[in-house]
Amino acid sequence: MKSLVDLAQVIRTKNAGPFELTIDIIFKDRETYERIKKNNSLNASVIAKLYGVPEEDILSAIYFDPACAFKATMKRQIPCGAFGERDIYGAQQHAPLLGLLVEWGDCDAADP
Amino acid sequence: MKPLTLLSPTAILGYGFPDSSFERGLSFGPDVIAVDAGSTDPGPYYLGSGKSFVARGSVKRDLTYLLRAARSLRVPLLIGTAGGSGAKPHLEWCREIIEEVAYEEGLSFKMAVIPADVPKPYLKEALWDERVTPLGPVPALTEADISDSTYLVAQMGLEPLINALDNGADVILAGRSYDPAVFAAYAVWKGYPTGLALHLGKILECAAIAALPGSGSDCMVGFLEHDQFMVEPANASRRATVASVAAHTLYEKSNPYLLPGPGGSLDLYQCQFEQVTERRVAVRNSLFRPEDSYTLKVEGAKMVGYRVITIAGARDPRFIEHLDEIIEGVKERTRENFNWESGKYKLMFHVYGKNGVMGDLEPDPRAGHEVGIVIEAVAETQELAEVVLGFARSTMLHYGFPGRLSTAGNLAFPYSPSDFKVGEVYVYSVHHLITVKDPNELFPITFEEVRS
Repeated sequence: MKSLVDLAQVIRTKNAGPFELTIDIIFKDRETYERIKKNNSLNASVIAKLYGVPEEDILSAIYFDPACAFKATMKRQIPCGAFGERDIYGAQQHAPLLGLLVEWGDCDAADP
Repeated sequence: MKPLTLLSPTAILGYGFPDSSFERGLSFGPDVIAVDAGSTDPGPYYLGSGKSFVARGSVKRDLTYLLRAARSLRVPLLIGTAGGSGAKPHLEWCREIIEEVAYEEGLSFKMAVIPADVPKPYLKEALWDERVTPLGPVPALTEADISDSTYLVAQMGLEPLINALDNGADVILAGRSYDPAVFAAYAVWKGYPTGLALHLGKILECAAIAALPGSGSDCMVGFLEHDQFMVEPANASRRATVASVAAHTLYEKSNPYLLPGPGGSLDLYQCQFEQVTERRVAVRNSLFRPEDSYTLKVEGAKMVGYRVITIAGARDPRFIEHLDEIIEGVKERTRENFNWESGKYKLMFHVYGKNGVMGDLEPDPRAGHEVGIVIEAVAETQELAEVVLGFARSTMLHYGFPGRLSTAGNLAFPYSPSDFKVGEVYVYSVHHLITVKDPNELFPITFEEVRS
């Protein structure tokens, strides 16, 4: 397992329209990205567990090769600006990802 | 052949740009200047109330530079989603600023104004005809949602803008528009491929946000050819990199490979990015996939009440320790005190320093040594919101809890008066797709000769 913060150069959340929240994780280099992708270390189930939401609320989870990025989009808890809103832009919902440990494959022991 | 050169001055009209960047952008000899003014990010208030989320003075400042430059170079200026949300009052607000600048700067031009309002009877008919579908995890549309909306707008595609260009407009002021449309319309009008034009528009609409370091208030220049486009930030201290440009394709979207818009989708499955100079990136193989039926996104917002808030801090460790039960107790006392008003108001506590940002999603809801509390009441009338908030505030101030020593008061208020009338509260009421026969049918263009 590795800490996501050590592998990524961008970890962010933002509204994707008023009803969805999208997570972008951009990795530091292609090698790291390819390894995460090969191990499928990030997926809908990992994100659902991390945020404590049902997996069906994760609307998509995609690896995007051109940007060495993983992207997951989830249903917003409430539509943007509805009563109970805490983050209109959805830009500060990334904190749980900062503590996430991800699968790094079977050679963990050999890693520095 | 010289590529088609497009200048995007800033991410949102009114966000500004450095003079030097703008001048450098102009030095490339742009064929068109375009700017997007819209966003749903700031929430439903702005569409619902008909107000701009950018200050008038900032928009006027940017428009002064843009109109001067466009008229002196004799190139078209396109403005998308006027006033931030692109409904009638936003469009009128921006039109007035343009006319004021024209008068002050001595500029004359032909302006196309393209409203994007959706008449309520039109949308109801579309609902009956089953031409309306929810966009994403959105409830099905009802007639009441339509009736209750203060403003309804549709995101126009390229067609109405091309129509305005065909008719010789120097300046195009558009209501709600698909963000890339003001950039792509000119390119497609000039015969460039729609896929490349739209993808370039996607990047340019956020200006230098796609650069490294990124900025929402600096210029980006696009160079379009028939088999590729290139982008370069106008400011020499920024670079476009494959990573910054590719990463921008992710931004605010659900699926980065397939980006739906009016009339079809932008398909980036085969798309390639290449670093051509230190500060410039080329992009190829962006494709447009037209759909058989032409769909437009419709947005609406409705008023649901009035909001009053108060801000307070708490420093007592015993109060903080018992905060959850205190909040439940205050809610309960408020419920009892105003039981005849039940269902007419909502009361909420935001506890900063504990879970104010993430609420139930907070993985670590431990309070710090002090907390900030925002108490919020939303009610059907302004008066009821004030009454409920005032009662909750005073109840919390003097609420008893186990081990209480500080019997003079539990809360530290930074202000007098302590309560703030925030005013009308809006929510999104419509976020749906509608199928249309003609891409122009909701966007009636008018032309005017603006005279200095």
